Amino acid sequence: MKTEPVHQGRLESPFYSRLKALDTVNEWHQWKGYTAANELYCADTEYFAIRNATAVFDLTPMTKYRITGPDACAYLDRLVTRDMTRLAPGRVAYAAWCDDQGHVIDDGTIFHLRDGDYRLCAQERHFGWLQTATIGFDVTVTHESDDVAALAVQGPTSYSVMNKLVYGGLDDLKPFGLKHLRFQGNDLMVSRTGFTGDLGYELWIDPSQAEALWDALFDAGREFGIRAIGTDALEMARIEAGFIAVYREFLPADETVRSGRARSPFELGLGWLVDFTKPNFNGRRALAAEMRNGSTWRLVKLDIEGNKPAGDAYIFPKRSRNRHSIGFITSAMWSPVCKKNIALGTVRAPYGKPGDTLWVEIYYQREMHWSRKMARAVVVDQPFWLPERRRATPPGPF
Amino acid sequence: MTELAGGKWDAIVVGAGHNGLVCAALLAQAGKSVLVLEAEQQVGGAAVTRELTEGFSVSPCAHLLYQLQPEVCKELKVSPTLACEDLATIALSRQGNHVRIAGNAVTGVTGADAEQFRRFRKRSLRFARLLRGVLNRAPPRLGTSDWRDVLSLARMGFDIRRLGRDEMREFLRIIGMNIHDEVTERFANPLLRGAICLDAVLGTHLGPRSPNTMFTYLYRLAGDGGRNAVPRGGMGMVSAVLAQAARSAGAEIMTATPVRQIVVENGRVTGVETEAGELFSSYTVISNADPKRTVMRLVGARHFETGFIKRVHHLRSHGNAAKLHLALDGLPHVDGLAFKDFGERLLIAGDEHYVERAFNPAKYFEFSTAPVIEVTFPSIHDESLAPPGKHVMSAVVQYAPFALKDGWTEASRQRFLDIAMTTIAEYLPGLEQQVIASELLTPADIETQFHINGGHWHHGELALDQFLFVRPVSGAAQYALPLDGLFLCGAGAHPGGGVSGAPGRNAARTILKRERVR
Repeated sequence: MKTEPVHQGRLESPFYSRLKALDTVNEWHQWKGYTAANELYCADTEYFAIRNATAVFDLTPMTKYRITGPDACAYLDRLVTRDMTRLAPGRVAYAAWCDDQGHVIDDGTIFHLRDGDYRLCAQERHFGWLQTATIGFDVTVTHESDDVAALAVQGPTSYSVMNKLVYGGLDDLKPFGLKHLRFQGNDLMVSRTGFTGDLGYELWIDPSQAEALWDALFDAGREFGIRAIGTDALEMARIEAGFIAVYREFLPADETVRSGRARSPFELGLGWLVDFTKPNFNGRRALAAEMRNGSTWRLVKLDIEGNKPAGDAYIFPKRSRNRHSIGFITSAMWSPVCKKNIALGTVRAPYGKPGDTLWVEIYYQREMHWSRKMARAVVVDQPFWLPERRRATPPGPF
Repeated sequence: MTELAGGKWDAIVVGAGHNGLVCAALLAQAGKSVLVLEAEQQVGGAAVTRELTEGFSVSPCAHLLYQLQPEVCKELKVSPTLACEDLATIALSRQGNHVRIAGNAVTGVTGADAEQFRRFRKRSLRFARLLRGVLNRAPPRLGTSDWRDVLSLARMGFDIRRLGRDEMREFLRIIGMNIHDEVTERFANPLLRGAICLDAVLGTHLGPRSPNTMFTYLYRLAGDGGRNAVPRGGMGMVSAVLAQAARSAGAEIMTATPVRQIVVENGRVTGVETEAGELFSSYTVISNADPKRTVMRLVGARHFETGFIKRVHHLRSHGNAAKLHLALDGLPHVDGLAFKDFGERLLIAGDEHYVERAFNPAKYFEFSTAPVIEVTFPSIHDESLAPPGKHVMSAVVQYAPFALKDGWTEASRQRFLDIAMTTIAEYLPGLEQQVIASELLTPADIETQFHINGGHWHHGELALDQFLFVRPVSGAAQYALPLDGLFLCGAGAHPGGGVSGAPGRNAARTILKRERVR
């Protein structure tokens, strides 16, 4: 009997050859079994491609599940906190799913590809939970992470790039919409989604077509400043957009050990995703109780004075540190595009209402010596970066 | 039929098993309008009497009364007539050296064994009383700050502590242990060891060496000190008395009305729909059906959350006990057994190894080739069950796994019937010549005939990990399921199976208490 050799070491994405060709710094890490670039030449420059031109990010290692069967909609509706019955074919929904205790297992996007045929994308793997959730439903969950190659094409000129790539037809594609197109005789799915808080698209194609798509995309994008980016640049854009990330703002509930370390959607600023008009969904009873009794934690977006990034800082209610800290920073950066010192953090409720002033304790090093600074931090309720074009249809050229 | 039929009932009980009847009666006594819907023609569920063949009747599922709670009888003012109150147990020997156990006394063994048994029994009863204390209360919830839960938990701890230091240690030492170790340490007589082992594993998917068989043994004693009674008119009479109590308290009982589904609207129970398509409304539906059937089939997994469904899905609820019924032209002559001895509980369990070996095939989804058997001849005490001079036999035959490897077919049932008959003939020679009619009910038959998923007596394996705070599963151990208005009142709920009425009574009390709190 002939056996397939078992792959050893990190997998290479179908775009690996193209990324490797552009790579000058050799900074890679492991992402869900794949090797992924931290940066290809310079994270800061790559970041400016996201904000000023078009950035291309390989998101093939993202976890993807295909959900099909007569009960697919009912299944998803019970799984996530949002109302899935209203997600029409050709639409995408950002959603979070919880365990019975109302703690977030993960968040992700659900693509209603065709009638009753869904794709769920997430950062982490959740096959066990998704499989368990099928009990009592006529539905099939298939792991297809390795069977779909995916690229994020993000930035102000991405509309122009895409228009050139697929010869138009994207004018009516609204945010969180998707379209099935043809690319060189093969299926190409394009969705207007992304993780940068800006105008952008995600492209989904069979891995065999990956390199051809990449080449055509870069041909189309040359005049629009297209650049490949790594995860470091994307992380900066993610914080500016105010998006939460797993292992930063929260841990998957099924991976926490200590009591109180998991977070509910309310505690992550995702209360808007929780639809109590649905009679039943995972976590509903616990979340209803939390609505009545109040949450323990609150996610805050902070606009901090000064220019020293507040990474890992403690948060205090007053400038004097005599009081106990009320929380901590989970993600922080100096935002070049906002010209602001921004951060995401977790504080104990009821602290952290929009407009509140909190204080963060920032440590920084100057020529070996450490200094400390208490910096004023104002809680804001809007994303730090929210350009008009993100929501405009058609977005138009830049 | 009252004018309420199509309107709103205070409560609807699905299934008129003995627990459903107890629950309905207690709710009706409290002034509630209660409707009980039963799939079969007669009430009783697994506690019924039915005709085996013309002139002969048996209790086709439960056949001995050993756990009916005095609290239930007292509150409902019922007292089923008993044909015999306290059966002795006789462990059969092929050579005629039977061992007879009656209360504390054992005959047919050495003086040392008899003395040892007296001590063993005394201590077992003491521990069983401790269990009895929890049978008639809803288990407290863990991890709450509700004073009732804390108090109830404290009382449980106090009861254990009150045993005294040495006895408490002993209790905690043995409660998770297996019965095999206990009996081999104590007794020299193999029949005595076998009989105790059989009592510990009857109706379970456990062998004498399985963990927590000491607990299942104590559970059997907890109800009524392990006294076995034969109700006059069979088990169906017990159910009839309970149904009468429910009716006179004002409950409506509709038989031959199988329920298709429990109706859920907007995340809460609003009534039931019968197979005939009739709708009955109530914001309180109490299921006497087993937890799996209730959750997965009557309501549907989609109305619950995933973690809870996972626990219900994994609930161990496959039965292992078959029932054998014989109509007999007469009784054979057996060495060492007088005529009246046939009226006692006769056990076929040579020793602890015999029981364990009988269990072995069940682990691999095969039936025992030398089964353990509990034989009763109820007609000795109750002549209404058979024509004059003739008799009926009702026996529990283990192990016959529900999920038989090749499925329960007519052929496999016949094979197991032959095995059971051969085994009985070894101990009661001549019985096979007296057989007029026979019937073997496998767990698969019990599932279809008595509507119990998996055909398990207890609706769910009785074991420490499915007991008390976690019976049937955590999140449903206080009779209320995690769906507003839905409750359990059957053997799957705390404390478990046996014709005790305890789950039904506890469920009714819980429902009434919740109302008062609200």
